[in-house]
Amino acid sequence: MSASNESVAFDTPARERRADAFAMWIFVGSEAMLFGAILLVFFMARISYGAAFAAASQRLSLPLGTLNTVVLITSSFAMPLAHLYASAGRWRAALWSLAATVLLGLGFLGIKTAEYTMEFREGIAPVLGAPFTYDGPDRVHAEFFFGLYFAMTSLHALHLIGGIVVIAGMLMLWTRANEASRLRRVHAIGLYWHFVDIVWVFLFPVLYLINR
Amino acid sequence: MNFGIPFTPPEASSIAGSIDTLFYTLLAFAIALGAFLAGLVVFYAVKYRAGSKADRTGERGRSLPLELTWTVASILIAFVIFGWGVVLFLHREHPPLDALEIAGLGKQWMWEFRHPGGQREINELHIPVGKAVIVSLASQDVIHSFFVPAFRVKQDVVPGRTTHVWFIAEEPGRFHLFCTQYCGTQHSEMGGWVTAMPPEAYAAWLGNQDHAETLAADGERLFRALGCSGCHGNSSKVRAPDLAGIFGRPVPLNNRQTVIADERYLRDSILNPKKEIAAGYEPVMPSFDGLVDEGEMQMLLAYLKSLSAPATGEANQ
Amino acid sequence: MSTEALSPPGYLSEGAGPAAWLLTTDHKRIAWLYLASLTAFFFLGGAFAVLMRVELATPSGDLVSDDSYNRLFSLHGIIMIWFFLVPSIPATLGNFLLPLMVGARDLAFPRLNLASWYVFMLGSMFALFSVLAGGVDTGWTFYTPLSTLYANGFVSMAALGVFIVGFSTIMTGINFIVTVHTLRAPGLTWFRLPIFVWTMYATALVMVLATPVLAASLILIVLERVFGIGIFNPALGGDPLLFQHLFWFYSHPAVYIMILPGMGVVSEVLPCFSRRPLFGYKAVALSSMAIAVFGFLVWGHHMFVSGQSAYAGVLFSFLSFCVAIPSAIKVFNWSLTLRKGEISFETPMLYALFFLALFTFGGLAGLFLAALAIDVHVHDTYFVVAHFHYIMVGGMVTAYMAGLHFWWPKLTGRLYSETWGRIAATVTFLGFNLTFFPQFVLGYLGMPRRYHTYPPEFQFWHVLSSAGAVVLAIGYLMPLLYLGWSMFRGARAPANPWGATGLEWQTASPPPPHNFETTPKVSRPAYDYPMKGLRHEKFSPHKEEAR
Repeated sequence: MSASNESVAFDTPARERRADAFAMWIFVGSEAMLFGAILLVFFMARISYGAAFAAASQRLSLPLGTLNTVVLITSSFAMPLAHLYASAGRWRAALWSLAATVLLGLGFLGIKTAEYTMEFREGIAPVLGAPFTYDGPDRVHAEFFFGLYFAMTSLHALHLIGGIVVIAGMLMLWTRANEASRLRRVHAIGLYWHFVDIVWVFLFPVLYLINR
Repeated sequence: MNFGIPFTPPEASSIAGSIDTLFYTLLAFAIALGAFLAGLVVFYAVKYRAGSKADRTGERGRSLPLELTWTVASILIAFVIFGWGVVLFLHREHPPLDALEIAGLGKQWMWEFRHPGGQREINELHIPVGKAVIVSLASQDVIHSFFVPAFRVKQDVVPGRTTHVWFIAEEPGRFHLFCTQYCGTQHSEMGGWVTAMPPEAYAAWLGNQDHAETLAADGERLFRALGCSGCHGNSSKVRAPDLAGIFGRPVPLNNRQTVIADERYLRDSILNPKKEIAAGYEPVMPSFDGLVDEGEMQMLLAYLKSLSAPATGEANQ
Repeated sequence: MSTEALSPPGYLSEGAGPAAWLLTTDHKRIAWLYLASLTAFFFLGGAFAVLMRVELATPSGDLVSDDSYNRLFSLHGIIMIWFFLVPSIPATLGNFLLPLMVGARDLAFPRLNLASWYVFMLGSMFALFSVLAGGVDTGWTFYTPLSTLYANGFVSMAALGVFIVGFSTIMTGINFIVTVHTLRAPGLTWFRLPIFVWTMYATALVMVLATPVLAASLILIVLERVFGIGIFNPALGGDPLLFQHLFWFYSHPAVYIMILPGMGVVSEVLPCFSRRPLFGYKAVALSSMAIAVFGFLVWGHHMFVSGQSAYAGVLFSFLSFCVAIPSAIKVFNWSLTLRKGEISFETPMLYALFFLALFTFGGLAGLFLAALAIDVHVHDTYFVVAHFHYIMVGGMVTAYMAGLHFWWPKLTGRLYSETWGRIAATVTFLGFNLTFFPQFVLGYLGMPRRYHTYPPEFQFWHVLSSAGAVVLAIGYLMPLLYLGWSMFRGARAPANPWGATGLEWQTASPPPPHNFETTPKVSRPAYDYPMKGLRHEKFSPHKEEAR
């Protein structure tokens, strides 16, 4: 058992790294079922109330949504850079790439917060007892749309926050971790980060681009 | 000779017998297979108990032909049972056209029934023997389920939609009516009796009940009171679809689709009129969501259906 | 208590304080943490059940009020399903045995394993809080709109508890899958794995893929209760049936999370006490996977009378018959395993044979429920209650007892009283049948489930069932006593008391901290039991006790 292993179960770091990546893939599969279930609910509702959903979707801010998509996709470039540098042993560059990923993630959350605030002000946020003053057609089902919108985007945001917290934790423990475990962690969190991005890439057209 | 202990429920409807036939056939099969397996295991357990002198020479633990045989046999038997169950089940989907339609409303924690003539009863349902009865079911609050064991029928009652259950009682009697979908505190009290009576007795019973007007007439009164007639009436200034003969008719929509004006469509059009707009009309109708409760909805539906009474049979075909 | 009894050998002697247990990453100790918590939950859920049965001895509601009764059955369901049955075998025996059976030093992620127990405890604190604060009265199924708009108990709290426990389930699932893939000993190919490992693998797959869907539906319920989003509320455009689809998409596969491990245990015990290889090994292994896959496709059979389309009903009925076939195949294989064996009837074998009987019976009852026309009549009646108790209690809990007795010497390094074990197994079997067989009759008579009061003509059957519940409770309390006694005072067990194959028996009882002195190599198939005349040297517990 080499000292660089975290788990007593493995005899070589390479085996442990493969196992970590495999575990992360399974976890991503599990997460996909979570978002899949909610997307399925959304699609079933959309089939029933297509017109109401399309009209309600127009009220979401397309510029902010697009900006957020760009921000998140950029972070998806920063993340593999971190992995690339880490594999090459260029730890300082890897550190900066990870920091950039976190900053972009925070940027996404900031924009999302601004968007939520706007929506609360406009009265199209039927959550937490906020007044719902939507004046478009088919108010009942528009409310349903906004309910789903808040459920889905906040769940996604929670996942992003989770990713940011984990990367921040990694950065804090950066100097204490040996190189093998750094590489393993960057690899695993990278998979997760891409998954969270891909979820957004599904949510964006589904929520913002109906009938545009 | 059963000392008052019930073993089987009464068979009181036209389908009870055929369902029992399937049940007892399946029971016989289950007992036979279960007894065979139990016998086999006990036989082995005795014959091959540790220290017995039984012959143990032979092949190791596999036999492809045997495994194939029982796999194929299981599949075949399963499909026979499946098919039999399906045939009886699909019977539910095809009520006779001349059925008597009674509106049933479930609410925490009672059943309310209204006969076509307007007679209301709570937790009691009187029906004629030998005539098909459709109970159209709606719920005021949570999901309930309409269950008459003696008739072998059950149907969940889901808020926001109308479901149906139908049956033909074959013998007079009083039978349990249960709610079988857990619905809150007094779930177990939400039941009553179905009384099947000979047609003459049923007619007499109807005559003895207090009732001002038929269900459809109540609906018509409501139709005026809510102001529906202001637009949908013949002499109105606002252009709104004419509702004569609407039920069961295909309605072209403004998105070039066509829907059949069934109970779902009529309900949605009252509660959520902007969802499906009839072609050629402005979407000016306000929603009546929150203004009509489920009981009033049933009256309105009865009235709308009565507008196309002679055509119903045709439209259903 | 002598000092000798306090210092057991092997992993049990590595540190004894609370920290050595609560901060351990040894899978064997984590299994004990789970075992202790699950035992507490089992008896808590069981106490609720006994109270319910006592109430039901008379037709009127005279012992507890209707609200209390509704809370009793809701909590009985929630606790037994999520806090006992789902984690039962995987988190205890699976946790302990999976690394041993594949010849590994530990699970792939020991710290994740410990974290899963803490997450489980956190979730159970929420559930317990909701019990103490006043309970939940939605039934374990949380059907909307009752649960979202009308129920007044601590629904969000309980749902949150179940949600959190889901994380622990997923963690365990990931750990098991990775362990089976990456940590098998040299020579241990997939088709040399014991069936117990196969079923753990299938279970883990279902855990990982189905639990998030439950999480999604619980999130939506809590959003609806707390934030007023109307996804299941028809007044806000939602659909109450949508919840049932989501819920059963998880909860039907969850049934297989609960029964597959039991099948695994029985597949270990039957060959051992028959001294025969498992009949049709590959068919049993692959049928476990088939069950895991088909299990995802049959959720709609809980909704035949819900108002879903009749043709969906036909499809789900068809798929339900399909999922019955792998189970039938297993029953045939288990029965044929006995053929030409040298069968002895120690406690684990008795439990395994009772499992075989009760599982077969419950499975045959499942055929009635899958047949559409009959399901319309018996849906939501005691027939369904009897059916799933035959599978979950008669099947799963009996298998759990079989496994606990089978591996007890390995877990503790000690033996228990064989006489008491056999008595307890028999009492459980008789009590179980007395409790649940009458419920089949009640169900066909039309007795609806979740009823606090009932028509007096049903009383005869209810009284039988209630009497059985008392016998059953005694049957479950007995092992608590004699196994508890054995834990501290039982005779020392040798490494392989049953003469069983399997890597877990090749190390000491109890095993050393990292399981094996040297990594084992495997060159033979599983269940390589001897033919006639090649009987293993077999240890007799009776002689040991007599000393």
